[in-house]
Amino acid sequence: MGQVTVNRDAAVSIRGVVKHYGSITAVDGLDLDVYPGTCLGLLGPNGAGKSTTMRMLTAQTHADRGEIQVLGYQIPRESKHARALMGVVPQQDNVDIELTARQNLSVFAHLYRVPAGQRKTAVDRALRMAQLTDRADTKAEKLSGGMRRRLLIARGLVHDPRLVLLDEPTVGLDPQVRQELWALIDALRSDGVTVLMSTHYIEEAERLADDVAIMSHGRIIAQGTPRSLLDEHAGKEAIEYYGPPNRLVEVEAIVAAAGLRTRRSGPAVTVLRAEELPDSVAVQLGPGSPRPSNLEDVFVVLTGETVE
Amino acid sequence: MSLVSERLKPGVTERWVRLRWFEPQCLAAVWSRELALFKRYWASTTFASIVEPTIYLLAFGVGFGTLVSVIDGRPYIEFLGTGIVATAVLFTSVFAGMFVTFVRRIYQQTYAALLATPVDVHEVVTGEATWHAAKAGVYGCAPLLVAIAFGLDPSPGMVTVPLIGFLTGLGFALFGIWASAVVPSIDSFNYIISAVITPLFLVAGTFFPLDDLPDWALLLAQFNPLYHCVELVRAAAFGFEPLIDLYHVGALIVFATLMWWLAVRWMRKRLID
Repeated sequence: MGQVTVNRDAAVSIRGVVKHYGSITAVDGLDLDVYPGTCLGLLGPNGAGKSTTMRMLTAQTHADRGEIQVLGYQIPRESKHARALMGVVPQQDNVDIELTARQNLSVFAHLYRVPAGQRKTAVDRALRMAQLTDRADTKAEKLSGGMRRRLLIARGLVHDPRLVLLDEPTVGLDPQVRQELWALIDALRSDGVTVLMSTHYIEEAERLADDVAIMSHGRIIAQGTPRSLLDEHAGKEAIEYYGPPNRLVEVEAIVAAAGLRTRRSGPAVTVLRAEELPDSVAVQLGPGSPRPSNLEDVFVVLTGETVE
Repeated sequence: MSLVSERLKPGVTERWVRLRWFEPQCLAAVWSRELALFKRYWASTTFASIVEPTIYLLAFGVGFGTLVSVIDGRPYIEFLGTGIVATAVLFTSVFAGMFVTFVRRIYQQTYAALLATPVDVHEVVTGEATWHAAKAGVYGCAPLLVAIAFGLDPSPGMVTVPLIGFLTGLGFALFGIWASAVVPSIDSFNYIISAVITPLFLVAGTFFPLDDLPDWALLLAQFNPLYHCVELVRAAAFGFEPLIDLYHVGALIVFATLMWWLAVRWMRKRLID
């Protein structure tokens, strides 16, 4: 775990951070860097410590040990400055349901101290980003789930932040709404905004993140581009074999004998790094369903757990 | 999506070399939120603030007043009309502090959102408490206006009533915020209402003068902030006695300061871990 001090070139740099809640260790020696202009996906199952990490970056949770720096500011000591420059999109929808979309954004333009002369511009821009211009004067409680989530995201962008923290931005949304939000997040990244996004959706991390950090039990166990993580830990291809339980056991035995790894996923056994499977073994195994390897394979290889 | 690329002027969020410990801008921001919400509920609040004192004055002033016609040389209805200014101030501020703060913290997660912006706990608490206090100052005048309609003579000193209401309301709003951070559940407010607020409200000199009570009771009343509020409002209506009134103001300042410290401390404990 290389450096002991924070990395000054990174937009977010975390070193050796530990956080206990009673006897539970939520974050356990976390090291993480997010470089300016990149999107880092923090991937891990529920309870891995992702949300605690997010809260620590805004100083709503104070680390027991370790160092955190955000946009050059020490956290928690100078967190107010850092918070002025970053936008936070929480996991839980906490827009003011009594207020209209425009009022919600206007209040946050105040809170983020957008100067009075630019407040209207900032709010109009946020409304356009959230595609809520024609619903601007609708009370938030009357907006659909997808619209409310877009409002929640726009609220964290109203002051044109340099860094955006997204905590499980699409959790609980239907696939179509999720696609819309992905387009919005992707646009942010193309615009040079640094994004730190926690998620337990593998596909979300693969689609949006330049870099993925895999988190388990409060620490980062692997980090890199989705491609390099796949190359290093899961290979190019996986083959799934379906069948009754005794057949699955048989497949596992054959593959283990050939020196490769498998994992169970529901009613199937998946052979990882299948491109290295010798032809003789492939014949022995019979027909399977090949697919490209994915981050979930990486995750399972590294932790032995499944993400969802 | 090209819309994202249309940036605000560079440096919009980077104008401050140093954010201070207490930023007046934070108060303005918290107030802007309250104001937007207030536009939604002002009508019902205003209705209640006028109707309630009218009912008190009719029920106690006219009904009870047939038994007690004169107190301290004044018609009972004038004694009561000035007294219930404090009641209005108390209820406006303490219930807002208790219930609004609790609901925002637990159910709406409002503070989690606010504290992710460059605003700290002491600024949120101060912003919300001063807002509740300002409302208490304004709505505290309603009983006075109703009493004037019932025959109380207007006097120049009455222009200080909103200030008295603000100062008293500030302490009680902060007390409510503190209570909201202490209670484990919203039902627990019942203990605070019955054991703390009701006695304060009844034994403040609102409905009957405390002067005739035994010395120990009068001594205890000095620890009731509402008593000081009642005395100040009566002074505003019937004539100030500078030294005594300064004492009452001082007591209210001490109360508000102590409550601010407790409210901030407990809210921080609940919101930052």
